[in-house]
Amino acid sequence: MSSATSVDKSVDGEKPELAHKQFEEPRSDLPGLGGSDRGGPDERGPEEELVQILTPMGERISQPVLDTWVADVDGDQLVSLYEDMVVVRRIDVEATALQRQGELGLWPPLLGQEASQIGSARALRKDDFVFTSYRENAVAYARGVQLVDLVRVWRGTAFSGWNPFDVGMATPQVIIGAQTLHATGYAIGCQKDGVDSVAVAYFGDGATSQGDVSEAMIFAASFNAPVIFFCQNNQWAISEPVGLQAVRPIADRSPGFGIPSMRVDGNDVLAVMAATRIALDRARTGGGPTFIEAVTYRMGPHTTSDDPSRYEDGAEHEEWAAKDPILRLERYLESAGILTDEVRAAVKTKSDEVAREFRAECVGLKNPEPLSVFENVYAAPHSGLERQKRQYAAYLSYVEGGTR
Amino acid sequence: MTEQLTLSRALNAGLRRSLADNDRVLLMGEDIGTLGGVFRVTDGLKAEFGADRVIDTPLAEAGIVGTAIGLAYRGYRPVCEIQFDGFIYPAFDQIVAQVAKLHYRTGGNLVLPITIRVPYGGGIGAVEHHSESPEAYFAHTAGLRVVTCANPQDAYSMIREAVASDDPVLFFEPKRRYWVKGDVDFEEEALPLGSARIVATGSDVTLVAYGPLVATALDAALAAADDGLSVEVIDLRSLSPVDFDTVEASVRKTGRLVITHEAAQSGGIGAEIAASITDRCFYHLEAAPQRVTGFDIPYPPAKLEEHFLPDLDRILDAVDRVMGRENSLTGWSAS
Repeated sequence: MSSATSVDKSVDGEKPELAHKQFEEPRSDLPGLGGSDRGGPDERGPEEELVQILTPMGERISQPVLDTWVADVDGDQLVSLYEDMVVVRRIDVEATALQRQGELGLWPPLLGQEASQIGSARALRKDDFVFTSYRENAVAYARGVQLVDLVRVWRGTAFSGWNPFDVGMATPQVIIGAQTLHATGYAIGCQKDGVDSVAVAYFGDGATSQGDVSEAMIFAASFNAPVIFFCQNNQWAISEPVGLQAVRPIADRSPGFGIPSMRVDGNDVLAVMAATRIALDRARTGGGPTFIEAVTYRMGPHTTSDDPSRYEDGAEHEEWAAKDPILRLERYLESAGILTDEVRAAVKTKSDEVAREFRAECVGLKNPEPLSVFENVYAAPHSGLERQKRQYAAYLSYVEGGTR
Repeated sequence: MTEQLTLSRALNAGLRRSLADNDRVLLMGEDIGTLGGVFRVTDGLKAEFGADRVIDTPLAEAGIVGTAIGLAYRGYRPVCEIQFDGFIYPAFDQIVAQVAKLHYRTGGNLVLPITIRVPYGGGIGAVEHHSESPEAYFAHTAGLRVVTCANPQDAYSMIREAVASDDPVLFFEPKRRYWVKGDVDFEEEALPLGSARIVATGSDVTLVAYGPLVATALDAALAAADDGLSVEVIDLRSLSPVDFDTVEASVRKTGRLVITHEAAQSGGIGAEIAASITDRCFYHLEAAPQRVTGFDIPYPPAKLEEHFLPDLDRILDAVDRVMGRENSLTGWSAS
């Protein structure tokens, strides 16, 4: 007897009554997912059913649902988005160079993911709060994090570059997926406080395999929390391709939790921004959580310690290079007559200035005082730790006169 | 005002007072709302403070602790219940890598006034994963405070102090003592959270216990007195930090130290106390400190738990050992 037959029998052919109300068709009002077949591995190509406004060739195509959400984005704003993407790419290049020169211990490049990060982060309000992984340096830049604060972690002088409450961005998370729960809890707090701020969890395709991400979606759905699950599917978790994490599109997973999802071209800054605005609007108006899968590609290594030549297919890399997020916006802006030589030069100047300042701030960072190692372990004094600190201070002055 | 309450009701009263005193305090956990918790510690609190503040959560321990962190980012003071000791491990990463470290990682900008309540310990004939003593994992983790109460008065006072603490607190509740009654003075000035208390004074041996074994240690002191021995009993109350000053002062007086806990011996709280006290008062010691603990085995089936849990006789045997009297290991050899 097949299991399907036994299920039918047990409910006498009638649909079982569910304890919770069925989520109304999660995809009905959201673009990005059309597949109705469920169950088996997905046969769709990576680009099929991706929502797009700008094609890789820089043509602006009509996407009726998304278009209305970016109708206000005028030429100046497009240039501003372009500038942000160019600047964060320039920071990325500078940081990689700094790592090679021994000034940074490590750097996780975001090359290729500029549109996903800038398009989403620029859609947020100041009072929204983001909980990210470690690769979201463009999100941090867009949130207003100072350049010097971007490098502290990677130079090894601190675990957090900035005060989370100054910029509405939590200390980036290294434990994969853990921050999705923090975002959900924050969103539940917003709901309790009666404010319409939204929490955004940024994570990657690899994180979707973590239990924390599933638990976060369960909590978010059960409490209808105003949180956005923003997954940058960059196709890689170090060396593991996304197919190892998910046999169907990642965006297909959240509807099972009762969270509608969108699957957008993550290299299309306008599509990403529109999708984020849709999700923000749902969250602010009591619509609850939304899942966005921004389909993009990690063009660089996992970190400066990684060697993609051991696992990456060169042809695939080239294919994605042709879909570059900055190139396509550049093409569009050129064809629209917005990207003049003057504008281009101004953006170039700005990015070079930022890179110069970034480098200077980085190499100017001093090592913290030895005894600061004991600070901020506890909010209030802890007698055991105080004793260790006093003993270590005595040791330092004994062996080296208090400095090291 | 003083009232006689069980330890469980005293915790309930302490939580009620915490909820009433600060509207940022929230309770969250499995079955804590409508049911009032499997041990009824949160009984009636949902009815009194609403489902918005006494929250039944999905069955996901990492989810409970992880969302509590987000609520702390938002300025709340969550009190999480882990239903049983053995269920805490799915939340281990969120506790050890997140709750414990985030104050440090954020350079002190984020405070995590999160209390994690854990009914713990054995002796109730329970099924597996329901009788464990995982406190050492957390006492070993920087950034956490770890405390445990042994009587209704402390249950009431310490839970309020834990909730009021700006540091995260692992609050271990001795589940086999939930039904023990005692006087609770609601206005009593509480000892600081990190301090131990001498619960019986004596001059021959210092006996350190905490949580469920404090009552056993007091029984042992009474029995030893019949034998002409004067045993000082210390209720440790806090496992991180440990109030070594109180233990040291006692051992300087008695010269002998016995530590008892239900948790396994190796790498446990007893080992840390033995080492630190040996360091602090080596020349005052008349005998090597002794540990009376659970064995280094998984918690055994209920019909065998008496062969795991330290009891009066095993404690007295160790007292005899530090006194140089005849004991179970007299003449014993490992070979």
